[in-house]
Amino acid sequence: MTVTEETTAASTRVIGQRLLRKEDPVLLTGEAVFTNDMKVPGALYMAVLRSPYAHANILSVDKAAAEAMPGVNAVYSGADLAELWANPMPCAWPVTEDMKNPAHYPIASDKVHYVGDGVAVVLADTDAIAHDAIEAIDVQYEALEAVIDLEDALSDRVVIHEDLGTNSSYTWPLLIEEEEGQVQRSLDDAAFSVNERYVQQRLIPMAMEPRAVVAVPQPFGGDMTLYTATQIPHVLKVMIAVTLGFPEHQLRVVAPAVGGGFGAKLNVYAEELLCLALAQKHGGPVRWNETRAENTVATTHGRGQIQNIELAADADGKLTAIRVRLIADMGGYLQLLTPGVPVLGAFLYAGVYDLPKAYDFSCTGVFTTMTPTDAYRGAGRPEATYAIERAMDALAREVGIDPLELRRRNFIATDKYPYEAFTGLVYDSADHDKAAVIAEEMVDYAGLREKQATQNVDGATKRLGVGVSTYFEMCGLAPSRVLASLNYSAGGWEAATVRILPTSKVQVVTGTSPHGQGHETAFSMIVADKLGIDPADVDVLHSDTTIAPLGMDTYGSRSMPVGGVAIGMACDQVIDKAKQIAAHQMEANADDLEFSGGVFSVAGSPDKEMPLAAIAFEAFTAHDLPDGLEPNLEAQVTYDPPNFSWPFGTHMCVVEVDTETGDVEVLKYAAVDDCGNQVNPMIVEGQVHGGVIQGMAQALFEGAAYDSHGNLQTTTLTEYLVPGAGDVPPISLGHSVTPSPTNDLGVKGVGEAGTIGSTPAVINAVVDALSGLGVTDVTMPASPQNVWNAIQSAQSNTSANGGQQ
Amino acid sequence: MIPAAFDYVRAESAEEAISLIGQHGDESKFIAGGHSLLPLMKLRLAQPSVLIDIGRLDDLSYIREDGDQVAIGALTKHCDVESSDTLKQHVPLLAHAAGHVGDPQVRRRGTIGGSIAHADPASDLPATTLALGATYVAQGPNGTREIAATDFYQTFFESSLADDEMLTEIRIPKMNGAGWSFQKFNRRAQDWAIVGVSAWVRGTESGVGLVNMASTPVLAAGVSSALAGGASASDAAEQASADADPQADLNASVEYRQHLAKVLTRRALEAASA
Amino acid sequence: MGASVEITVTINGTQHTNDVEPRTLLVQYIRDQVGLTGTNIGCDTSSCGACSVHMNGEAVKSCTVLAVQADGQDITTIEGMASEDGTLHPMQQAFMENHGLQCGYCTPGMVMAASSLVADNPEITEEEVRLGLEGNLCRCTGYHNIVKSVLAAASAD
Repeated sequence: MTVTEETTAASTRVIGQRLLRKEDPVLLTGEAVFTNDMKVPGALYMAVLRSPYAHANILSVDKAAAEAMPGVNAVYSGADLAELWANPMPCAWPVTEDMKNPAHYPIASDKVHYVGDGVAVVLADTDAIAHDAIEAIDVQYEALEAVIDLEDALSDRVVIHEDLGTNSSYTWPLLIEEEEGQVQRSLDDAAFSVNERYVQQRLIPMAMEPRAVVAVPQPFGGDMTLYTATQIPHVLKVMIAVTLGFPEHQLRVVAPAVGGGFGAKLNVYAEELLCLALAQKHGGPVRWNETRAENTVATTHGRGQIQNIELAADADGKLTAIRVRLIADMGGYLQLLTPGVPVLGAFLYAGVYDLPKAYDFSCTGVFTTMTPTDAYRGAGRPEATYAIERAMDALAREVGIDPLELRRRNFIATDKYPYEAFTGLVYDSADHDKAAVIAEEMVDYAGLREKQATQNVDGATKRLGVGVSTYFEMCGLAPSRVLASLNYSAGGWEAATVRILPTSKVQVVTGTSPHGQGHETAFSMIVADKLGIDPADVDVLHSDTTIAPLGMDTYGSRSMPVGGVAIGMACDQVIDKAKQIAAHQMEANADDLEFSGGVFSVAGSPDKEMPLAAIAFEAFTAHDLPDGLEPNLEAQVTYDPPNFSWPFGTHMCVVEVDTETGDVEVLKYAAVDDCGNQVNPMIVEGQVHGGVIQGMAQALFEGAAYDSHGNLQTTTLTEYLVPGAGDVPPISLGHSVTPSPTNDLGVKGVGEAGTIGSTPAVINAVVDALSGLGVTDVTMPASPQNVWNAIQSAQSNTSANGGQQ
Repeated sequence: MIPAAFDYVRAESAEEAISLIGQHGDESKFIAGGHSLLPLMKLRLAQPSVLIDIGRLDDLSYIREDGDQVAIGALTKHCDVESSDTLKQHVPLLAHAAGHVGDPQVRRRGTIGGSIAHADPASDLPATTLALGATYVAQGPNGTREIAATDFYQTFFESSLADDEMLTEIRIPKMNGAGWSFQKFNRRAQDWAIVGVSAWVRGTESGVGLVNMASTPVLAAGVSSALAGGASASDAAEQASADADPQADLNASVEYRQHLAKVLTRRALEAASA
Repeated sequence: MGASVEITVTINGTQHTNDVEPRTLLVQYIRDQVGLTGTNIGCDTSSCGACSVHMNGEAVKSCTVLAVQADGQDITTIEGMASEDGTLHPMQQAFMENHGLQCGYCTPGMVMAASSLVADNPEITEEEVRLGLEGNLCRCTGYHNIVKSVLAAASAD
């Protein structure tokens, strides 16, 4: 029996149930339409010729052979299309006043800055012909030197954008000290300190659906509809209008079914602008889809940082100061949020720990001749959590205590919440110790440490390791004023309309844009509880800027704490309005009305009641409404959250490392996550599972590899190692519920939390397994080769030091 | 990606297939299951102008005992090699190795003949059949000939099959109760081996094949002669890299491969002798 | 070169006869010529399994089969798994009940691969499910609920 078969009686609360997803049937039967599934008669197929050089001047583009091929409609170079662009491609986050942003157009005219940078475009009758034709275009390049190492980029030995004069785009500082010089003094006077260097390797998001675009001019009036595999239809609409000079009111952007985003579909892409501009130019539909190989170079990458973190602690291991220096890899250009991603993590390098005002953070973003980076699940926060959680383990080894014990000494105490941190940000609610206790029990932490002591003896082939990660996540993007203070070019509000139709069915219009997160189901549940109706009677409309004109889309774990909350508020307003109609028609005082199970009743008059369904019809006919009240029963709310939301948790990972081969086996993974109230626990669990495995994949499997010429070597799923079911363990989930005081629903968001907690837990486990051999660090991914290298190098250091570690 | 254009013909018999390939010359290729060839064609690393489809020559799909050998038709699918009772009884190392080729979908289309003829040193079956002392039967315009596995592999993706020859059968000596072990060390379950060892041991006799340790599958003769001379598994395994010439790639350096070969060979010998 | 070949393929019980270029992959034939877009393309290297369909009752990767190789064969795609009256196949039902899908892009391939696995091995264990799905990649679910779904479907039969 499925949950949907239960009747929603007045007392049956829907929120908290494991309601099966409304989204599933069409996805399970193959009826769902992803962008490249669309049948578009008469469409021209676009293919993009991409630079094989990481850094080169374009000398000439010879289109003649391609133009002559049968079935080819047009061939364009960057120079041919220059007049189409009113403005360069947008970067919506100029993090500093003096940030350097090189002009970036959808097709390069003079110079290319990464392998994959588009240099010419073909329009043809079929996809096959378009791809055959791009191979016939003859482009002459003058190759320049590639820059792929971040420290080399920082040195400006080879300047990538000559007009900028440097490869440094910006330096963003965050220095918070009670007294000047406190951080340096604390480091100098520390009883214990660590100075760690980590590399956050470049990752390829690899959503299973490669990107696709279809631009369709409407029959008359010059209107245009853009179908695209995007997470951000609303933001895209605004940015397209600005970049193309296209009248915004004539543009409709639709995200059909989208096969995963993870931040890589949170962007304004050249192909979207090209399809739209060329559809306009040619007066007919233009479509494009990427192959997987193309996706690996033409879609944004994630992470890419060199991190230096120093912790100072007193004799008890309590933190007294933190200093962080980041070099962040921008890639060849700044895409929509590229410079801001590392900055999003700037506030989290103290993690869940009670730090006095002694925090010195600085990030320098540098250009390299590789694919631009941008948001990728967690966007800056996994990187921050990795650094502090790895450093805490290093500090624990210095202090000589158990890593969990060190963390406990530093946790922000539960009774301090809501807690104003040294940054001035207010962390809404948490109970770090509670999450840690649950995790400890799940893995039998004490038992594991005992087992470890007996197993990890000299000469043991397989060594046991336990890794801990206690984390915060800063999400629910975001309070618009805070975004303003960070120089982010957009706001963080979300819009919701709740509309009760005359026959009592409910339409919810949300500005979020789901791509697998189950919003239709979860939002229906909120409305069902508020209005006392069956979630099956609620239709959630989204991802189409004509149907849902207002929105700030989906990323940053914002859809529930901002979008869901907005929907709840709109429900409240609908109920308020309905109450006034009910009071008027029942000739009662609005204050005497109670609303429960979808029915208004009058306290003390059991025979006087009016169901919402009846009120909806009354609102529609408008035959008897109170004076001054407008007909129809709907409310629209735009909600600007007053704060970020702060999910938290403890993850523990148990590994066994084969010291002869370097192979790491994850024996057990326990994730305890607190995202406040859980609307649909089944969906929450799914988000944590997926997030944990993605973070584990960064730890053990993935990495975008480049050769010295700037060629991406991992351009397929045989080389870039997204793990399969046989490569990862089942996940044990625990949770606590510490409702957010920031919003009425008490929700925090959970889309990225799993990824944030997991990577450091896994690497901490590997290092823990091998620390007895003198290993203190393993390069990510902790591949068998990298682990074996770490063991070899620690052993040779040990023997070089005459056996001392 | 879409392969480059080619012409397609389907052969109704082995003789017709050989005649067709002779006709169309060296720009033509046989296709059976297609799971070695099509991935290359989709990346345009192979661009044959004619494909001769031999995938329906069902009379070349068989597994039968033949005296002290087992004869396997070249068009036998990996899943059938894996599940064959005859092979589980008489050549269990091969049945087991076939179950590790690719993934289940691949195993339902790919054939043992296709895999052998493709001559990829990183594939499991070339090294396994080499270790088992296999003989491959080839048919050409001038009749059939037998090629010892030790004479078959020339270099990456090149065998001693002539352009107009087709593999028809793989003949393997029965293992007669030998112990065996298949050590496939990879990053993900669906991946090729970073290094693989396919080994059998019976008393002092053994056969050890190395996967992905050179431009061809490697018969670790040094290991076998050490074992025959009374060396321990550990000491014999030290010879593993002697006959090998491993390459470096994204997954492993030369040095790491050499180290892995020794570790996995030792583990294989220990398991096979247990 | 590349002269078209006529093929006849039965897909979900219906016979289709078309001329195809030999280089047409079965997945392209199914999606573009027959118009069944439930089967998805996720890679170029036969790695992801999103294109899995049943050929003569067993799951194969339709991106690694030429349409001409499928001439005369019997294909079932995701669109053919539910009954005529819309009742979901037990594997589809199990995925829904166990939250075995999020974005849904890998799902058709997963369902086809998993149903074939269970048909071959009704007593399948968790370990066997995980290894049996090694040819199918998912980026959303972390596999935990996919495995749960497949085991549920196996025990439901």
